[in-house]
This record gives sequence, structure tokens and C-alpha cells, in this order.
Amino acid sequence: MIRAALALCVALLAALAPLAAQDSMPPAPYAYTQLEDPRLEAEASALMHTLRCLKCQSQSIADSDAAMAGDMRHQVRTRILAGESPEQIRRWLIARYGDYVSYEPEVSATTWPLFAVPALVILIVAAVLLRRLGRRRSDADDDAGETA
Amino acid sequence: MRNRLFLWVPLALFAFFAGLAAFMLTQPKDEFVESTMIGQPLPDFALKPAFGGLPGAAKADLVGGQPRLLNVWASWCLPCIAEAPQLEELRQKGVEIVGIAIRDRPEDVADFLARYGNPYSRVGSDPISEVQLAIGSSGVPETFVIDSKGIIRYQHIGDIRESDVPKLMAELEKAR
Amino acid sequence: MTAEIGLAALWLAAALAVLQMVSGFAGLRAPADAAHPLAIYTRPAAIVQACLAVLAFFMLLRAFAVTDLSLKLVAANSHSMKPFIYKVTGTWGNHEGSMLLWVGVLAASGGLLARFERRLPERTIGATLAVQGFVALGFYAFLLLSSNPFERLPVPAAEGSGLNPLLQDIGLAVHPPTLYAGYVGLSVAFSLAMGALLTREVNPSFARVMRPWVLGAWVLLTLGITAGSYWAYYELGWGGWWFWDPVENASLMPWLAATALMHSVSVLAARDALRTWTIMLGVLAFSMSMLGTFLVRSGVLTSVHAFAVDPERGAFILALLAINIGGAFTVFALRAGAVAEGKRFAAVSRESALVFNNVMLSAILAIVLLGTLYPLLTEAFDVRVSVGPPYFNPAAAMFAIPMLLVMAVGPLLRWREDKPARLQFELALLASVAIAVIALIAVLGDFPLLPLLGLGLAPALALAAVLPLRGRRLARVPVATWGMVIAHFGIAVSLFGMACEGAFTEERLAAVAPGGTEQVGDFAVTLDSVAPVAGPNWTAIEATLSVSEDGGPPVILTPQARTFWSPPQSTSESALLTRWNGQLYAVIGNQTEDGRWQVRLWWKPFVTFIWLGGMLVALGGVLAIAGRVRVDLRRRMAAQKGAERRADLEALGAQPVPAE
Repeated sequence: MIRAALALCVALLAALAPLAAQDSMPPAPYAYTQLEDPRLEAEASALMHTLRCLKCQSQSIADSDAAMAGDMRHQVRTRILAGESPEQIRRWLIARYGDYVSYEPEVSATTWPLFAVPALVILIVAAVLLRRLGRRRSDADDDAGETA
Repeated sequence: MRNRLFLWVPLALFAFFAGLAAFMLTQPKDEFVESTMIGQPLPDFALKPAFGGLPGAAKADLVGGQPRLLNVWASWCLPCIAEAPQLEELRQKGVEIVGIAIRDRPEDVADFLARYGNPYSRVGSDPISEVQLAIGSSGVPETFVIDSKGIIRYQHIGDIRESDVPKLMAELEKAR
Repeated sequence: MTAEIGLAALWLAAALAVLQMVSGFAGLRAPADAAHPLAIYTRPAAIVQACLAVLAFFMLLRAFAVTDLSLKLVAANSHSMKPFIYKVTGTWGNHEGSMLLWVGVLAASGGLLARFERRLPERTIGATLAVQGFVALGFYAFLLLSSNPFERLPVPAAEGSGLNPLLQDIGLAVHPPTLYAGYVGLSVAFSLAMGALLTREVNPSFARVMRPWVLGAWVLLTLGITAGSYWAYYELGWGGWWFWDPVENASLMPWLAATALMHSVSVLAARDALRTWTIMLGVLAFSMSMLGTFLVRSGVLTSVHAFAVDPERGAFILALLAINIGGAFTVFALRAGAVAEGKRFAAVSRESALVFNNVMLSAILAIVLLGTLYPLLTEAFDVRVSVGPPYFNPAAAMFAIPMLLVMAVGPLLRWREDKPARLQFELALLASVAIAVIALIAVLGDFPLLPLLGLGLAPALALAAVLPLRGRRLARVPVATWGMVIAHFGIAVSLFGMACEGAFTEERLAAVAPGGTEQVGDFAVTLDSVAPVAGPNWTAIEATLSVSEDGGPPVILTPQARTFWSPPQSTSESALLTRWNGQLYAVIGNQTEDGRWQVRLWWKPFVTFIWLGGMLVALGGVLAIAGRVRVDLRRRMAAQKGAERRADLEALGAQPVPAE
């Protein structure tokens, strides 16, 4: 069911495609072409994996065939090439589309529970383990003689 | 018993989730990604003409005088056909509409405008969605209200239906 | 008539589910020593209900097989021209049919439980079947009231409208029922947990009854997730194998809970410890499978909005979820306090290692659950956020790494109490392997932290997995122990694949003119030609790539970009070249303005180990089931023989000897 849903998702997106994005234009130059410099390409690639494709569902622009994702990849690569830092590019996109466009977790007024809860989970885990295992040790020592 | 309260925690968490999910089921689902450029000035851009018939579009063309509509569209987009009559109606009401054609070819643009009418004063060609990304638009068609200072005041996502025309007119009025 | 028989069978089955529920709960009300007059109906009701539900499913299967276009469901989801196999699998390729399959498997497993399970007290089995009937009743109501699969059209359709080529895929035909069966296995575990909780029978013999169901469900979920991941890998065309998509998470969460449950139930069976915890996990595992169904079908989350999305159905599933899980947590809260504490164990013992890992698995589950549901929460306040791999990977690894470390030593520890000093040699060996590998790789190059840790952990885990066999006569090692060894080894294999994929993948995206060559890894890939090809319902452009490894003889790969016309959609068919040490992944894209072609190439070292590991894990689970069932059967036979002998001796007038 799960994959079927994903497949249907793909099918549906593809089915929607003629309505929304069936252009015949060749993709932007840097949509499907890597930068010459491997170091810059690595920077661009890392950034692209953390940017959300706005036309697709739950995909980064680094793994989407949507035309708009291609244009976003082109933007990222040309801006990296022009000397912008990945963080500047992310800021530029967030200024246009909000936090939604970025997968990179950041602590903000809307996302703090994403960080608070894991911290809480760590505390709970520590407490549970201490209670279950810590106490057991002394108990086991105490009644080792009786139960053995 | 010390344990008792602790045992209710799963139920409480689950009840919270069920309530949230029930609330969300009643909410209309909108899939649109809104631009966060509302209230911001238009970014600088200068686009070449999308076809031979009309001049291209630049930021300067949208600043000064009356508020204008900036319509992001494409000849390959079906909803754009659906909104053509409404754009024509807006033009007849005296609204200046500047078009940006996304990933489009001159012949296709000319063909589309010949077939479905041409409400635009200018159409710029944006073959790599550069301006579209710069104004925070995530699809076609989208329509922005730009005031006389070149500030983006309102974004309409999707095709303009008959019922959307008064709202757009009101937004244009507000931007005056 | 087929449809009417199916519908009648479904109504009758629903009625029997009511009887099963009423008589099962009635049995609970009777005093402990006396049987309630109604209680005798529980088992027969479950068995007949199973037959009826299965009959209903076969009726629908038949309607699909012969393409009975007077049925609304068939007309909407099938087509007379479809290949026969996809006509049949189309039965569960839609909402109604899949719910019917679900309830059919649910009823069938209830029937099996009723027919064959004699180890538990009658009251416990009665309560279990009552809960089972209650759960099934919810699904019957769902089917009959809101999504009737047997609805007739006023006028039969001339032709079906379900010829979606993307869904004619053998993976998609087999994958969903695998997951359903896994979910249903968890629902049996849930009913048993509730039955045991209600009758205060949380003890090792209950755990032994529950264990094969949990193991079976877990094996199916493992296979389902593994297959799904491979499907996404080759189908989506960018070489990704896990996206932390809500749909994927919906299948991962029950697996995490089932993994924890499986270990916990083993401790309960072997050592009579972790009673409350096992019950809790039983409820949790089933909740997660229901939650997954809800998320996938209700469309409340972005990305899952394709499968039978319908708010009304969503509301129905949510109501079922609320009743079943809310009820279960309430019973848990009321009764769990009364479950006597199990046997105790020391901080250093196999039990405590298992507790540690269970807690870690639960923590990972909590993280995945939070990350999946958080966008839903913020949308309630009209804020949209994206939670994706950059969040899930480190957050899950934070708990997964300690868990894997403990997994390495856990099986080496003794039950109840052990001394760390006894394992000095093993610990030193494993630590030095991990540290040496990490140091070596860190010297060789600059790699991200998580793959680096994975690369170090994998060989240590693989070694640790086989250490429990050290010094034992391999022929005498129990089958179930082999299962554990292989499953743990599979985790190491899979982790190795993931880490290699993350650290060493080479990517080449380029526009290539025909005749041009690109280098990726050790492979020189030449674009020989690009030509149009046509299939039955698609056209495609097909690239012919000759791939030469280190200058060796070329191998031909033919990736395609397909365009289907009914309905219009395009897919990229990647071409894979599998070597023992990895895969070359090739995709053909569009043509650029100057006539060159976009080619995407990846060399992914050891990527196949990800799924190979998954299969090993599932194989381990199968061996564990086989081992347990064999022991059970032997015990049963021994008990029977003992009883026969006793009867013989009694007949001879001698003193009875105790069995076993």
C-alpha cells in the first residue's frame, strides 16, 4: 500500500503534468549539468539536497524531474559559480518561499518543538533506563542471595 | 500508585493526535506555496520580448502610474486558457497587465495570443524561470498586484475565475 | 450473482463478528471456574467468519478476473484489455478491494487462532477473539457502510477505465498485500495482548503464542519495506533509495514498533520479564499500522494525497483508530498497573541490553512520528514547514548508533546477570575493528560523519553477529539462534551498503553528443546512439550506452525515457549494470538545444547490499519462526506421546508417570 501510494503519487503527478508543466523547452543550462569544479559542485549538490521541490511532493530539487526543480538547480549552480555561499542562496530562497522551501532544520518560532522533543526524548530515555536498569542493579545485588 | 499517571500518557498523546487529525480533516486542503515577497519591492529584472508583437518586460515598466497586474503564465499551460477571458475583462476595465511567459517559444506565445486573445501590454520571456523564482511564484498561472512604487501587494495563485475578478479589482484599488 | 454472494457473505461475516465479540466478552464476565453459556460460540464464530470473509474476497477476485463491468469498482479500476495477471492483482490495487483483502486476512488469522490455538486458557483466547471480532467489525462497518466493493452500476459500463500503465507493475502487485499481511499480523498480536491484559494472563506461555505472529508480521514488513525501497530506487530515476517521505515513514513506524515488540516478546517468553512493556509495544505496533493507513488514505499530509484520498474515508478510519487505539490505551492505563512485575535482572545482562535497544527503537519511532506529523501540526496554524532527510538522518542516528553498539554485545551477554570482564576480549576486538576502519577511511578522504560511522560500525557488527557461534558445535546450534545471527548480520550488511552509498557514490551529469564518452567511477560510458522505440501503450527514446569497465569489453545499457499516452505521463526507465561491488545507474534525459543528450550516471558502490541485507534480515526472521514452530511441534508431540503412555499405563493399572 505504501509504495503503491507513492507510485500513484508519481502517476498522479505525471497525470497532472500536462495541465501544469508540459513545456517543450530544453532545460536550463545548469539544470542537468554539473559544475566543472568538483569542490563547487559538491557544495551545490549538498545544498540542492536540502531544498524542497515546490512542484513535487516530498522530494528535494536534487532528485526531481520537474522543470521547476531544474530551473532551481540552475539558479543554485549559477549562484555558486558566481561566488555566493550556499547559506546566502538558501536565505534568498527562504525570503521568497518561506521556510517551506528548505529541509535544513533550523530552530525558529515555528520549529523549536522539532528540537525540544528529541531533547525531551533523550531525557525520558535516560530516566527510563536509569529506573529500569540502575535500580535493578541494587535490587539484584540485594536479593541475589535469595533468588539465586 | 506512582505508576498510574504515567500509564495515561500514551492515551493523552494519542487523544491529542486524534483531535488534531480530526481538525485537519475538516480543513480545506490547499497545496499552494504562497510567495513571501508580498509587501516587498519587485526585484530587478529585464526580460526580452516573448514574441515579435509586444515589447519585453522590465521592473521599470511596472513602476509609476497606476497599479498593474503581473501575470505569470505559459502557452503550454491549460489553466492559462481558462483565465484568458477574465484577463481580457480586466483589461477592458482599464487594468494594465504585464505578462511573463515561462519556458516558452516565441511562435507558441504568438499562437496562443492569436487564439485566446491578448490582454497584455508587454510580455517578457523567462526561459529559465529566473523572474518567477525571484518573485516567489511556484507555478503557472499566477497573478501579482504591483503598486505604483513597484511593491508586490497581492498574489493570486491559479487561474483567475469569474468570481476572482472583483477581488483583484479591489486589491488594485487598495494598491492605488 | 457473484457480487451478491460476496455482499451477503460480508454481511454474514459482520454478524458473526458481533457474535464472536459478544460471546468472547461474555466469557469474561463469568466467574473464573464456570463457563458462560455464550462462551462456546466464540471459536466457531471466528472460524465461520473467516470462511465467509475469504469467500467474499474470492467473489471480488472473480469479478475482477472476468472483468465484470457491471460492478462499479471493476469498471473504475480495470479494463478488459489488461493482462490477466494485472486484472487479478487489480483487485487490491484500489481502496475498497484492499480493505476487503485486509479484513479477509484479518478474519482468516482469527480463524486460524480459533481453530488451532490450544495453549492459552479458554478465557484468554475468548477475550482475544472478542477483541479480534471488535477490530474486524470496525472494518466490516467501514466496507459495508462507506466503501462497498460490490456496488453495482445501474447500467454496466461499456469498458473499464483502469488502464494506468504505471500501475501495471509486478512490484506494485505484490508489495501492498505483503504490507497488509504484516499489519494484520500485528493486529493479531494486538488482540492477544489485549486478551492477556483483560484476563491477567501476561506470562511466558502467552508470549510463546504471540511470538510467531509478531515474527511473521515483522518478516513481512521487512520484506515490504526492502522491496519498496528498491522499487523507488529504480523507478524514480535519481538513484535515491529512501526519502523519509510520509508514505515511507508510515511503513517504517510499524516496523520499528514490531522490531521492539519481537525482542520484548522473546524476553517475556524466555525469562518472564518485561510484561507491561510487551503489552505496551503490542498496542503501539498495531496503532502505528492503523496510523499509517490513516495517513496514507485520508490525505491529511502532503505527499500522500494520491491513494484513494477522501476526507469521509479519512474520518471513518480516524474514528476506527480512535475507538481501537483509544480503547486499547484506556484498557492499558486501567489494567497495566495490575500486571505483576516480571522477573528481575541485573544492569549487565541480556535482558537489560534488550531493554536498552527497545528504548532506543522507541525513541527512533518517536522521532519519526514527530517528524512525520509535525507539518500537520503547523498546518493547523497555517504555517508550512518541511521536515526531510537533513532532520531525520541525524535525529534518528543519534539513537540508532548506541542501539547498534548494544546490538553487537547483547547476544554475547548471559541472561539475568553477567560480568563485563567476561567479555573483555570480544569488546576489545569489536572496538578495535570499528576504530581501525574509521581511522583508515578518515585518512583516505574527507567523508560525511554518518557514512563514516556506518562504515566503521558495519564490519564490527558483522563480526559481532557471528561471535555468538564461537566455540559452539554449528550443527547443534538451534535454528532460532541461526535466525538471530543471520538477521543481525543482515543489519550489518545493510548498514554497510547505506554507508558506502552515502560516502563513495560518484555522480556524473552531462550533456553528451552521440559518440561522446563520460567517465564515472571505473567505467567509461559512451553514448552510441539515441533512437525512438515504441511499446504497446507508450513511445520512448532509447539511448544505447556502451559501458566499458577499466578498458574491458563493452556492455550495452539501454535506458529509456518513456511517454505513455493513455493517460499521458512520462517515466524514465533507468538502466542498471550490477557488479558484485556495486551498481552503475544510467538515465537518459532530454535533448539540449545543440543536439546533445542529458545523461545521468551514477556509480554506487555496494548499494545492492542495502536490499541484500534487508533480505537477510527477513530470512533470519523466517528461520526464527521455523525454529520456534519446530520446537513447539516437538513439544506437542512429546506431550501427546506422554499422554498416550500414561493412558496405557493407567489401563495396565500401573502408577502414572509425569509427562515430559
